[in-house]
Amino acid sequence: MVPKELRYTKEHEWVRLEDGRARVGITHHAQKSLGDIVYVELPPPGRVAKKGERVATVESVKAVGEVFSPLSGKVVEVNPAVAASPDLINKDPYGQGWLFALEVADAREVEALLSPEAYEELLKGGG
Amino acid sequence: MPTLYDRGQKGRRALALPELTQPEEDLLRHIPEAMRRKSPPRLPEVSQPELVRHYTALSRLNYGVDTGFYPLGSCTMKYNPKLHEDLARLPGFTQLHPLLPEEEVQGALAVLWELSEYLKGIAGLPGVSLQPAAGAHGELTGMFLIKRYFEDRGELPRRHKILLPDSAHGTNPASAAMAGFRVVALPSDRRGLVDLEALKRNLDEEVAGIMLTVPNTLGLFEEDILEITRLVHEAGGLCYFDGANLNAFLGRARPGDMGADIFHFNLHKTFSTPHGGGGPGAGPIAVSAPLLPYLPVPEIVKEGETFRLNYDKPKTIGRVHPYFGNFLVMVRALAYILTLGDAGMREVSAAAVLAANYLRVRLKGTYKLPYDRLCKHEFVLSGEGLAEGIRTLDIAKRLIDYGFHPPTIYFPLIVREALMIEPTETEPKEVLDAFVEAMLKIAEEARTQPELLKGAPQRAPVKRLDEARAARQPVLRYPFPEG
Repeated sequence: MVPKELRYTKEHEWVRLEDGRARVGITHHAQKSLGDIVYVELPPPGRVAKKGERVATVESVKAVGEVFSPLSGKVVEVNPAVAASPDLINKDPYGQGWLFALEVADAREVEALLSPEAYEELLKGGG
Repeated sequence: MPTLYDRGQKGRRALALPELTQPEEDLLRHIPEAMRRKSPPRLPEVSQPELVRHYTALSRLNYGVDTGFYPLGSCTMKYNPKLHEDLARLPGFTQLHPLLPEEEVQGALAVLWELSEYLKGIAGLPGVSLQPAAGAHGELTGMFLIKRYFEDRGELPRRHKILLPDSAHGTNPASAAMAGFRVVALPSDRRGLVDLEALKRNLDEEVAGIMLTVPNTLGLFEEDILEITRLVHEAGGLCYFDGANLNAFLGRARPGDMGADIFHFNLHKTFSTPHGGGGPGAGPIAVSAPLLPYLPVPEIVKEGETFRLNYDKPKTIGRVHPYFGNFLVMVRALAYILTLGDAGMREVSAAAVLAANYLRVRLKGTYKLPYDRLCKHEFVLSGEGLAEGIRTLDIAKRLIDYGFHPPTIYFPLIVREALMIEPTETEPKEVLDAFVEAMLKIAEEARTQPELLKGAPQRAPVKRLDEARAARQPVLRYPFPEG
């Protein structure tokens, strides 16, 4: 369950690169370990985030998970559907369950993201 | 449920204020013009019977140990004898100022000293501090003691790791991290107990200690406890025991004999203080001989027949609470210990363990029991696999319809869809049986009428809430119609 066309972080986020933009969500593994997600707090559009900064919160019946921005940049879009129906993250983490999109500020940071193979290795190691 | 604003009529009053006996003073002149409100405050306008009915109606929506069965695992919802409330309200206790000189408060100091002595005896450890205000505060105080101990021995910063089984209370890792330690998680083995091999692998010269919840959050007693504490001591570390589950072995086993260096009590769980309402609790700690010099000040000492406060402890970690901790909680705890005595306290743990095992055995054929062993005062079922699409949350909500407070759910994290059940030791068998009947009925409904569970609660004052949003986006102001 690690799509090949995406990049990843050690914090179990995925990044879809689209023309200078990065769409961000949490991975299948992350949603599965959190369990049923009941609440999502998204950053306000226009917020400028640094790489590694806490930008969103995902709350499940058993835990609260922080989402860290995988790249530096400006939040240009958030997913209103996921705020209304947080369970979309459980149902479709790589599709309808996306969280926000960033305008990538520093293309070099993209290089530091994990490849699908590297992320798969991380999961095998107990991630 | 209407609010007070929805009752009454303009001009109604619940109280008649007495005539003024002094000339009227214009208080407004003391308040700068800019800070005065422009319109009168919008207060409810109700008659006295309306006021009384409002609060009586509210009180009837409440649920507590005084209304029914409350099997909230990990929380130990005890029945608290009403006599102890009377004692804690005696003016000789409530009217004291904490700065009164020692000679005028000998009775209060005697309460603190006597309680400390009893707690030492129950823990089997030579020192006590009553200051911590709750369990997690006791944990943090214990972590500071461990830190000061190693600092004194010149073993800091090398010893910076605290080992924590994944079946520990959630506050344990937080307390260790707040005190500046690095937390290393230890996996549980198939028995649900500490994995001894994993413990051995992790024991090195960087380990400052281990935090154990005894019995653990699965309600299981660590069978290898003596071996665990021996290994940790051998590696130079100290052993912290979380005593929130003391109800399981009160009067029957002593943490000191098991190798504990620090043990915290939750007086509001085991020793008769109502809790769950956010009111004050107390989390005293008992410590082993090597940690005595570091205990918080002041210490209550007895010299002849006189009690005194001792501040002369050069190596103390200092104060962890203003004055002496939450005093009236200690009055209740001492009253509870004296009322029950040794035999009574042993009956508490026997009844707690018997009740939990009775429920465990009666429910295990119907509900999944991931760790099927003799338990202590609580046990953990899983709601998984009961019926397609049914979750533990649905079972818990349906229990409300049957008139029971649901157990703790989704904790501990090592059991999926956990239902953590801890019956109060004072419950008679009829109540336990009624709870079992309700649980069995719910399991049947899950298969035959799942909509009853999905739509539960039906008979409660409010239907199922969006709990995440209620906590995250609470509506705390009354929305007046005109805005």
